[in-house]
Amino acid sequence: MTEPSSTSSPLDLGGRTFLDSSELVLNMGPQHPSTHGVLRVILKLDGEKVLGTECVIGYLHRGVEKIAENRTYAMFNPYVDRMDYVASVSNGLGYCLAVEKLLNVEAPPRAQYLRVMMTELNRLTSHMVWLGTHALDLGAMSPLFYTFRDREEALKIFEKYCGARLTTHAFRIGGCIYEAYEGMDQDVVSYCNFLEPKIDEYEQLLTTNRIWVERTRNVGVISGAECIALGVTGPVLRASGVKWDLRKAQPYSSYDKFDFEIPTGRNGDTYDRYLVRIAEMRQSVRIIRQAVAGLPEGPIMAKVPKVLKPPAGEVYVSIEAPKGELGYFVVSDGSTQPYRIRVRPPSFVNLQALDKMVRGQLVADVVAVIGTLDIVLGEVDR
Amino acid sequence: MLAYLQSYLSQPVTPGEAGNYVWATIYVVAVVIGVSLAVLAMNWIERKALAHMQVRLGPMRVGPHGLLQPVADAVKLLIKEDIMPEGADKLVFWAAPVMIIITAWTTFLVVPFGREHAVTDMNIGILFILGVSSLSVLSIVMAGWASNSHYPLLGSLRSSAQMVSYEVAMGLAVICAILMTGLGGTGMYLRHGGETAALGAGTLSMIGIVQAQAAQGTWFIFKLFPLGLAAFVIFAIAMVAETNRAPFDLPEAESELVAGFHTEYSGFRWSLFMLAEYSGMVAVSSIAVTLWLGGWLRPFATWHGPPIVIPHYWQGGALDFAASLLPALVVFLLALVCFIGVARMPKIPVFRIQAAGLAALGGALGLVGLVMLAPPVRDRVQDVFWFAMKVAGFMYLFIWYRATFPRYRFDQLMKVGWKGLLPVALGVVIVTAVVGVLR
Amino acid sequence: MEERRVGVDLKDAKEKAPAMPPPAEKPVVPAAAAPAKPAAAPKPAGPVPEPWNSAIPEDLRNRFGSAIKEANTYLGQNYLLVDRAVVYDVLSILRAEHEFDYCVDITAVHYPKRELQFELVWVLYSFARNERMRVKTQVKDGEPVPSAVSIWPAANWLERECYDMFGITFSGHPDLRRILLPDGWKGFPLRKDYSILQQDQDWVRANLGIESGQ
Repeated sequence: MTEPSSTSSPLDLGGRTFLDSSELVLNMGPQHPSTHGVLRVILKLDGEKVLGTECVIGYLHRGVEKIAENRTYAMFNPYVDRMDYVASVSNGLGYCLAVEKLLNVEAPPRAQYLRVMMTELNRLTSHMVWLGTHALDLGAMSPLFYTFRDREEALKIFEKYCGARLTTHAFRIGGCIYEAYEGMDQDVVSYCNFLEPKIDEYEQLLTTNRIWVERTRNVGVISGAECIALGVTGPVLRASGVKWDLRKAQPYSSYDKFDFEIPTGRNGDTYDRYLVRIAEMRQSVRIIRQAVAGLPEGPIMAKVPKVLKPPAGEVYVSIEAPKGELGYFVVSDGSTQPYRIRVRPPSFVNLQALDKMVRGQLVADVVAVIGTLDIVLGEVDR
Repeated sequence: MLAYLQSYLSQPVTPGEAGNYVWATIYVVAVVIGVSLAVLAMNWIERKALAHMQVRLGPMRVGPHGLLQPVADAVKLLIKEDIMPEGADKLVFWAAPVMIIITAWTTFLVVPFGREHAVTDMNIGILFILGVSSLSVLSIVMAGWASNSHYPLLGSLRSSAQMVSYEVAMGLAVICAILMTGLGGTGMYLRHGGETAALGAGTLSMIGIVQAQAAQGTWFIFKLFPLGLAAFVIFAIAMVAETNRAPFDLPEAESELVAGFHTEYSGFRWSLFMLAEYSGMVAVSSIAVTLWLGGWLRPFATWHGPPIVIPHYWQGGALDFAASLLPALVVFLLALVCFIGVARMPKIPVFRIQAAGLAALGGALGLVGLVMLAPPVRDRVQDVFWFAMKVAGFMYLFIWYRATFPRYRFDQLMKVGWKGLLPVALGVVIVTAVVGVLR
Repeated sequence: MEERRVGVDLKDAKEKAPAMPPPAEKPVVPAAAAPAKPAAAPKPAGPVPEPWNSAIPEDLRNRFGSAIKEANTYLGQNYLLVDRAVVYDVLSILRAEHEFDYCVDITAVHYPKRELQFELVWVLYSFARNERMRVKTQVKDGEPVPSAVSIWPAANWLERECYDMFGITFSGHPDLRRILLPDGWKGFPLRKDYSILQQDQDWVRANLGIESGQ
């Protein structure tokens, strides 16, 4: 990527140039241990204080939306996993729901419960990756190993269910293709029992740790109104006090049948976002238990034709992915290939808020804020 | 010549005090080798202990259970290409690691591993150590400057600012301990093999401080509770910051922007910095042990137990006898652990060499343990054993902190040093002084 | 695992009118409940856009009249199709008066055969009403569209991506440059005339020093 153009860059502050001697332009390059992927952040510093930031993205741009126009609906399904590769089940769910909406079909109840189970397990694994890497960025090395170790058990369940650990391709348009394998409910319940004390363990290490609190409290503060204006969704929005979760506001895939809470924060700082995600993990465990207990009998696939040709039209369907509102805008022209698929990535829109959250803070906080936004570059760049 | 050598052995003092240069040199060499071996061992223990705390194994391949890993690392560092950045100040670039290792090792001149197990004992011992270790700050600035790159420079300035800030708190805590040496005890205590210090006079000598604790019958960490404990805690925190270890390791953290003062150093020069860092850890731990944890004294040193006699072997208190067997027991325990490791090794041909090596190590340790049961060795090794155990405890604490705590941000670090530790240390010193006067 | 039914059952096909279309249309679920009537049209009725009757399009029609070309609901999702000239005012009013405070997405679709080739879509959501809607407009190639950044700051990067992928310029955008592709890239990939195998070979040669792989 070439240097950003020198005209009309956010780093220009009213006529002063970069060469002002009291200001330093620092590049957190695309290769950096803490940028969670290939993200380049250009910081304008006054000593240690951040005056402005600019994110340069697109290093992982693979043209997924263009590819979508050249594949059939079913063929595009595996591509969707590769965007937010940490939470691939959610991506798949969103896409399948969008195409099903276009086809005007609904997955049968058993499939919906299976989908909820898998999606919430995926939310757990995504949050565990977030916790490990975020703690590592702030210097606590051990939680990374603990979360990844505990995530292994969930990945084993994924592997037994659909054959893949990370990019799962678990669902199909119309429902699920894989029936719950024998012993899956025991596996999932024992995983829930295994994980709950582990979440307590993570909290023991960090929540009341004075150094953790000092590193995260009042760092990257953003208010609820600012979040809404910037289009920020997900745990970031909830930690700023806005109690909004698509699973409750506009339920999809039987989420209205589950009993769970939406954790919110008050200050909108990094510490609150940490607490909100930990609480979300506990709620996910709760949902998974309910899904296993209430799994209805029946078919797992709706009646969809082998060759999918949705009628011409367009829909926008969004779900609550672990990172925020993940939306799919699917335009069909009546043929077997989509005319246009637009993915509304939560990480892309959340990353816009980085500049606002980091202005006036110190350089070491930039790392904390990038970690707390929980971005995955695969989703930002597609 | 032989008489000169033997003339020292009959005296219960350090060679420096006895004026015996040959033995002093031998002790210097022994200390340097010992510290280097300690650093090597620390490298292995850090990697293994850190790994086990993080649910993984650590080095397992290079030698049985990774025991030869430090050797491999040392060899790798020695044979690496020596790179000097273009535009670097050559003399300063060369001098910085040399200086830092000299300052790190010079502090060991007065560290007492036992009553007569030190190179020398100056009557200003602790002051000497504090002064010399402050010189390492200069070496860090030199390293950052000579690298001709503004990231190492920023890192070195941060490092030096951090070290200087925490040295103040350290010094105040040390003053508190020294004040305690002057407090009343159960009689006068010996210094300098003959000179006796009057009751009520404090001392800066490292050996004198331990002897004061012996005479007063209590380790200074328990003295004037909670003052001794407070001073110890302040020193324990400050020494972690002094050595740039977690949670105060921002200047050398990988996930932050500035990579640290030793970025541009590679190979042998970098290994000198690493050596100096770990030697520094051993040095400050030794100070803490000497000042607050009774140095080479065993716990409950004033309890001797009923006298027992084992012909040709022991004459003295029963508790003393039990304690005297402890070093050998510990070594036997290590040997046992080695043999258990051999038993648990996979029984496939690839592991034969490792199993043989581990068994040999176990055998060697067993032999060392047997040697340590012989009376002359047994009596001489007591002091060193207890000192080493206490310092080892501190080393483990360093590793434990690294595994557990997140990192302090630099401004928070400075705030803790100046606004937290310094006022508390001042308060502790004042209260100790007042209490001392009132006593 | 439930078998998937291909189109209509052959058994049923014999009962229906012989001119069965190829199994490309799928019935609305659950279709098996009602057996196909022989006299019914071969294609079962799919969803069609229906007029959106609500205060919002009414209010907008009152203000802008025929500039609001369509206000429909398709599959339960409401959308408006407005003239490019009024789109900024429509968006402002939606934000200011109808509480659509969250700009979910801004995107575009390219219809090369139309005269107004690009269809821009704003997806909006209102927290207070828990309602989502889309605003669409159609523009010619090269025609700038007013930027929504002054209404929702979220529009900043979203519009940059539209520009990057389609070449639609947004007038009034504070920093309109490419976001995902390199700055010097020529061409707008998501347009239909940009082949999927196409690359800006000059850029690749100049910046990467290699011949473009495609």
